[in-house]
This record gives sequence, C-alpha cells and structure tokens, in this order.
Amino acid sequence: MTEFFVSLGMAYGAAWFLATVLGILLIALPLMLAVAMVIYVDRKVWAAVALRRGPNVVGPFGLLQSFADGLKVFLQETIVPSAANRGLFLIAPIITFTVALLGWAVVPFGPEAVLADINVGLLYILAVSSLGVYGVVIAGWASNSKYPFFSALRAAAQMISYEVSIGFIIVCVILWAGTFNMNGIIAAQQGHGLGVINAFVVNPLLFPLFVMFLISALAETARAPFDLTEAESELVAGYQTEYSSMSFALFWLGEYANVLLMCALLAILFFGGWLPPVDWAPLYLVPGWIWLFAKIFFFFFVFSLIKATVPRFRYDQLMRLGWKVFLPLSLFFIVINSGWLMATGHFGAGS
Amino acid sequence: MIQLFAFYMFATIVILAAVMVILARNPVHSVLWLILAFFNAAGLMVLVGAEFVAVLLVIVYVGAVAVLFLFVVMMLDIDVASMRAGFVRNAPLGFAVALVLLAEMVLGFGAYRAGGLALGTPAAPSQALPGLSNIQNVGALLYTRYVFLFEMAGLILLVAMIGAIVLTHRDRRGSAARQDIARQIGRKPVDATVMTRPKVGEGVEL
Repeated sequence: MTEFFVSLGMAYGAAWFLATVLGILLIALPLMLAVAMVIYVDRKVWAAVALRRGPNVVGPFGLLQSFADGLKVFLQETIVPSAANRGLFLIAPIITFTVALLGWAVVPFGPEAVLADINVGLLYILAVSSLGVYGVVIAGWASNSKYPFFSALRAAAQMISYEVSIGFIIVCVILWAGTFNMNGIIAAQQGHGLGVINAFVVNPLLFPLFVMFLISALAETARAPFDLTEAESELVAGYQTEYSSMSFALFWLGEYANVLLMCALLAILFFGGWLPPVDWAPLYLVPGWIWLFAKIFFFFFVFSLIKATVPRFRYDQLMRLGWKVFLPLSLFFIVINSGWLMATGHFGAGS
Repeated sequence: MIQLFAFYMFATIVILAAVMVILARNPVHSVLWLILAFFNAAGLMVLVGAEFVAVLLVIVYVGAVAVLFLFVVMMLDIDVASMRAGFVRNAPLGFAVALVLLAEMVLGFGAYRAGGLALGTPAAPSQALPGLSNIQNVGALLYTRYVFLFEMAGLILLVAMIGAIVLTHRDRRGSAARQDIARQIGRKPVDATVMTRPKVGEGVEL
C-alpha cells in the first residue's frame, strides 16, 4: 500500500505512515464487526444444540442482537466500586482489549496482505497472547472483591500452564517450516500432503500436535470447558463480576477477539492459512482472505460446539492435563519430529 | 531522527518505571511498574536490531516471571500501618545498608574516572553471519561456539527444576484428595452396582 501512496506523489515517510494507519483500521474495524457477528453465531450454535431458538428478535433472524447489546451497554453507567483500586480497575479492560487486537498485526490475510511481515511473527503472537493474562489478573485484584480475586489467581496459573505446551507445539511446526515468519510457515505447507493438500495437519507427526493445540487454545482463551475463570456456579462471573457498561463490554470484545486470533492461528499453523485446501490452480483464483476466513469460521464453529457439549473441567483436572499430559507429550513430539527431520535430511547437509 | 526520539522515549520510561518500582507504596503497583520497565527494555532491544531478544524478554519476563511475581504479591495482605511501626527499630540497619551502597558507588565512580580496567578480549570476536536473520545468527553461535556453555546452562536449570519439584512434592498416597484417572475410567458398572430383589421387610446386605 505504501508504494501506491508514493506513486500518488507523497514522501516515503508520510506514505508509510498513512498506509500503516489505514492497514490498522482495515484490520481492527472488520475485526470488531466480526466479533459482533461471531458472538451471535456462538449464541445461535449454543441454542441449536440445546434445542432453543437463540436470539431471533432484533433484526432479521436476530442478526442485529449484538449491536443492540452493544448500544445497551454503551448507554449504561460505569460503576466503580468504592473499595476498588480506581486506576487499575479502569485500565484492566483496556489492557485486555488492546492486547487482543495487537496479535492481529502479524496475521497474514494473503501473500502481501499483512500489516507487519516480521521475522519473529509467531514468537510475537506468543508474546502478545501471554500478555492477555494481565487484564484478567489486574481486574481481579483491583476489584477488591473475593470472587474476582479467586478468578485472577486461577487465570494466572492456567494461562502460564498452557503457554508451556503451546510453545512446544509451535516449536514442532517451526521445525517443519524452518521459519518464524507467518507467511513463510504458510508457504511451507503448499502441497505438503502428497504434493496435493496444502496443510500440515495431514502429516501424521503433526496431527496429534494439532489436537493438543486446539485443546490448549481453548484453555489459553479460557473458553469452555476450561472457563474456570468465569465459572458462574462457583465464582459468579469471575473477574468481570464488578464490571458494568463499556468496561464490561471491552472484556467481552477482547475475549472474542482472542478466540478468533486462536482460530486464525490454528488455520495458519496447521491448515495452510490463506492457501486453498488443495493445491489445484483454479482454486487459487479465489482470494486468499476468503480461504482464511472460511477456516477461521470453521474453527470457531468447532469452539462453539465444544462450549455447548463438554462439561467444565475441575481445576485440579485442568492442571493435571496441562502439566502431566500435554507437557510430556509435546516434549516427546519435539524429539520425534526433530529426529525424523534429521534422519530424512530435511535440514540439508548443514552449513 | 525517529530512532533517536524512540530511544529517548523508551529509555526515559524505563528509568521512570524503575524508580517507581522502588517508590510505589503498594507492592502490586511496584510489580506493574516493573512490567512496564521490562516492556520498554524490550523496545530498546528492538531499536538495536535484536528483535529475537526483545520478543524473548516479553515472553519470559513479562509473560511468565512477572505473572508469578504478581501472583505471589497479590496474595500478600500488606498492612501499611504495621510496616511503618517498625521504622524506628529498623532505621539503623537501613542507614548501614545505604552507607555501604553509597561507599560502593563513590568507589566505583572514582575507579572509573581513574581509567577502565584492561579486560582481555577474545582473540577473534564473533562476527554476525551475513545474510542470515537474527534468530539464525543466535542459533549458529549458540550451537557451535558456545555449545558447552549453553549445555551447562541447560543442566543448571534442570538441576534447579528437579530441586524445586523435590522440595514441594508431597506424597499423596492414601489421601482422599488423590485421584487415579486410569482407575476411574477403568471402573465398570458391574464393579459398582448390584441387582437384588430383597423380600419385603428384609432389607439389603451390602
């Protein structure tokens, strides 16, 4: 986009600035719209599984429900509890929301369509997703209330535990792709399955890691069945208990933006991102972002189905799964994957 | 121009945040200032072109270490009044520590003004490999030239990890809190239920 503005006769610096700002808006605004629609989809899927109708009053098929909810919270009063730590209480939802948007900077929507095409793209996403916990922890502490505090403690331990296994799973994918760059990882998947299928997931050495990543992503974003931070039967609404109005809505938006980011990560790491599923020339006529969106929505549908059907884990079971099952398994798969790649000469003769 | 501006911004925030870590009354605020300092230090790393180190700093320190700090500090119930109560009693000790620090600082700066210490330099300083990215450069050095030090660091960390586990491990055998997942899943309805047809007025023998 920078070249386009330069061709219009702008100085390079100004053109770069304008292009970046436009790029950010082009990602953030559709993302907010997508979050609104995805909340609607989530509720519809959940309702369908429970044989209910779900939202169906506002607009055709209830499509405008999320916007009505948004307007409602916008008009409400922001209540700050008198015993709360005022500054931190108000900063916490802003942190959650901002951090949820940050990760999208390196997500590629097409061969050229990426805001920041950096060398350490995947590590950047890992770093940003590890920041997400601060919004929850600060909210829980600043509320100065028992249930939010329990929720904050749970969130801190849970997110650290599952980041470990996510890190090891990512290492395996990196070994196959040979780069941390997101576009490089997608390019490495072209024709990976028997020269036809554009996806790492068909690789028998990577498929178990895909399953583990899906489950860890659920835990990392605190989605059901790992939504112990907001388990309503134990903690009222967890860290959101004391929040109202827009500060509550920012948590809500940030949470779903994070879920979408995890879905995008699943699509990019294991399902070929913006590549069509099969390496066949006519399919490349469809723009890459359509393939990526289709994959993201497929994974969101899976997330919704899991939320609707799987009962919540107990906290010790959650910790056991993270540390005693996923950590050893992912370490084992690093050994297997790197051993296989060394044995088959994937890395070349060595320099 | 913009690099200079970014450098002074990051550097100023690092120093201010570091000062606030000490000055903040509330320990939770201290940890949050510390996180801000880490974050801006990562920004400085990006400025010198070490983006890998910058991202690692965020992942390891901000993402894990500081979360654990926060986790522990949040659970402390700090009563400011009772902390102030010991001020007079602890003041001499505080002054002694401050005096030592002052003396060391004066000595250090004095020695620095007298001229730097001649440290040996490696015979052939390691050069960045041209045409390779940051990560590949770090990897190439770490696994060839410094492989012994690297492995040793790994071994020390392993020992520390095992030590931590040994210190905190409790044997839960025989306790009700223990859960054997395989046994629970392997349990069949036959093992747990029994079908009987008790006669009226007789009850059931279990």
